[in-house]
Amino acid sequence: MASRPGKVKMPTQPAAERVRNFQEVALGFDAGLAQQEAVRCIQCKKPVCIQGCPVNVKIPEFIQLIADGDFSGAARLIKETNNLPAICGRVCPQEEQCEKYCVLGKRFEPVAIGRLERFAADWELKEGVTPPARPERKPGKVAVVGAGPAGLTCAGDLARRGYEVTMFEALHAPGGVLIYGIPEFRLPKAIVQAEVEYVLSLGVQLVTNVIVGRTLTVEDLFQDGYDAVFLGTGAGLPKFMNIPGENLNGVYSANEWLTRTNLMKAYQFPSWDTPIKVGQRVAVVGGGNVAMDAVRCALRLGAAEATIVYRRSRQEMPARAEEVDHAEHEQVQFKFLCNPTRVLGNERGWVEGLECICMELGEPDASGRRRPVEVKGSEFVLDVDTVVMALGTSPNPIVAQTTPGLSAHRWGGLVVDGTGLTSKAGVWAGGDAVTGSATVILAMGAGKTAAEAMVKYLEEKYRTWNGGGGHRPTP
Amino acid sequence: MHRIVEKQVLTPVTKLLVVDAPLVARRCEPGQFVIVRVAEAGERIPLTIADFQRSAGTVTLVFQEVGYTTQVLGTKEEGDFILDVVGPLGVPAELLAEGRVACIGGGVGVAPVYPKAKALYQSGVEVVSIIGARSHDLLIMEDMMQAVSHQLHVCTDDGSSGYHGFVTAKLQQLLEAGEKFDEVIAVGPLLMMRAAAEVTRSRGIKTLVSLNSIMVDGTGMCGACRVTVGGKTQFCCVDGPMFDGHQVDFAEAVRRSLMYQEEEKTALLQCGCRGGSE
Repeated sequence: MASRPGKVKMPTQPAAERVRNFQEVALGFDAGLAQQEAVRCIQCKKPVCIQGCPVNVKIPEFIQLIADGDFSGAARLIKETNNLPAICGRVCPQEEQCEKYCVLGKRFEPVAIGRLERFAADWELKEGVTPPARPERKPGKVAVVGAGPAGLTCAGDLARRGYEVTMFEALHAPGGVLIYGIPEFRLPKAIVQAEVEYVLSLGVQLVTNVIVGRTLTVEDLFQDGYDAVFLGTGAGLPKFMNIPGENLNGVYSANEWLTRTNLMKAYQFPSWDTPIKVGQRVAVVGGGNVAMDAVRCALRLGAAEATIVYRRSRQEMPARAEEVDHAEHEQVQFKFLCNPTRVLGNERGWVEGLECICMELGEPDASGRRRPVEVKGSEFVLDVDTVVMALGTSPNPIVAQTTPGLSAHRWGGLVVDGTGLTSKAGVWAGGDAVTGSATVILAMGAGKTAAEAMVKYLEEKYRTWNGGGGHRPTP
Repeated sequence: MHRIVEKQVLTPVTKLLVVDAPLVARRCEPGQFVIVRVAEAGERIPLTIADFQRSAGTVTLVFQEVGYTTQVLGTKEEGDFILDVVGPLGVPAELLAEGRVACIGGGVGVAPVYPKAKALYQSGVEVVSIIGARSHDLLIMEDMMQAVSHQLHVCTDDGSSGYHGFVTAKLQQLLEAGEKFDEVIAVGPLLMMRAAAEVTRSRGIKTLVSLNSIMVDGTGMCGACRVTVGGKTQFCCVDGPMFDGHQVDFAEAVRRSLMYQEEEKTALLQCGCRGGSE
């Protein structure tokens, strides 16, 4: 172990090649590399890595199975607590989660837990997944609203416990941000589909094209016989900067840019019907993972130049280091300490430049990061014809607006307690609908916590029912 | 999948489909719309709900074949299926409960005006409708509008029937003749809606218009449909589609509606080789 202080590197598609296609960048471990990495784990008696995992994956145990060559066994073990391991293995910020706590990381690089999780999950997908035996049916029917990471996790966990679960999805395909937001080159849609199918194989029913709050209300769900509801409605309205020129043709929200590209496959226009206007020089405003996804899509869509415009410096960027590295290798340009002041348009109303102002870092703000301050008179114009605003989102307001008794914070996030219970009895919530823009794994953790609380609620509800005269309880 | 239970060819380029969509029909109100997708590789396009039949679980969609997706939709026949019909979306129209309202529909815009006129008429509001088209053969839903209007004025640009001129000119004529309206609802091409708002602005008559912006998801997620209303950016899909016509930045709306003009041509060119099917 000491002789291998670094993580085993994962093969990637060469940068010059991958910027011309939408295929996956990181190619994954083969069995040899996986075992080589797995033996780096020192199998702590009291593993601290698990405390960094919101879905409690039995990390040392699955790694041991990989080291022993039982790859499918490793996958089955992971899936005892995580329904979406091939997804997590790819998109979790492990450096902020499990790997942050890895004891090895104190002196060397931590064990590449994420890469190993991905390897085991991919191995099982290739070999063929056998769903676990269906548990005995328990009384209780749950509606899960939104088939994204939070909803899929909550639904899967409840189905495993024997509850009847129906997932309602607003879009035409399940997956939420996994399908509309995260690009194919980082998370292939076939992987998402396979893991969604696994959740469905646990007994979850899926209904697409239903917008809860419009097509059906939460009240309708209770009236239709659901005992409890989980709201995993996800991110909603994209944020803009409210600067002049933001509604010019050629200015996109990252949500629109990525939805057109990923969900609607605009990169295959015209064989897929949805178009996108890429332009020659694309500026993406923001420094998070979504900004990295958007800027890397720009190159793959055919832009000659793609630039990140971020108002703080590299150190403050919320994007994963790995994503920033990948972007750099792909020749993405970075303008740090730089903030847009207006979008310039031509006489036909199309973007022809982005006026920015230079920033310097001042005192730390509420987030603990140093606050960027404008440098007077330092305006300059970036020569671009497309601008993508990747500034985060606020939660979708539709459900809060149409559900009496459901409280939301002023900024739109739903109010919940530690278990995800909302202000309305029988209704739980989790994921971006509660937190605003966050990560896939945090949404999954919230789905899991809520599922646990919902099990208790349903058990209690039907225990008193069974003992109390036979009336079916009403919500 | 949504079965087409009835199809009417209203003009060579305008079709009416009555579609099985019980969940949409159960909840929808005048002013709302649906997102339609015709094939797995298809776009998501918004179409206003022109009418609905709650007991039958159907909604009526009227559309003009202006782009690739609407052309494909136009080839569908009774008994065929539409892949997705999602909704109802948007904010229901806030309609007056009494008084006198002018309902103006230009071209295919007569279809979205119809459910509002119908609801107003049924609640006892006096409805004066003005509908128009380039020529008589392009005029749609005249009988349906007649049935929900106390007065109906038909206009054609070429004079082939009714008043010879634009619907907005007719509106101006009525106002100049001393007719009073508590509200005007105008739906049609952006330039027509802008003209209607200009006619009523100086007279201070509240004028509602319905915007049919470019959308992707239709649920507030993407912001493709943004429009400036009263100096503020609004999302047509969750804040609209009906807005105060005196506040809408129509120049911007026109510009944004043309954003994918070139791509629309590319898509239509390949229409031939794909035979208009999926």
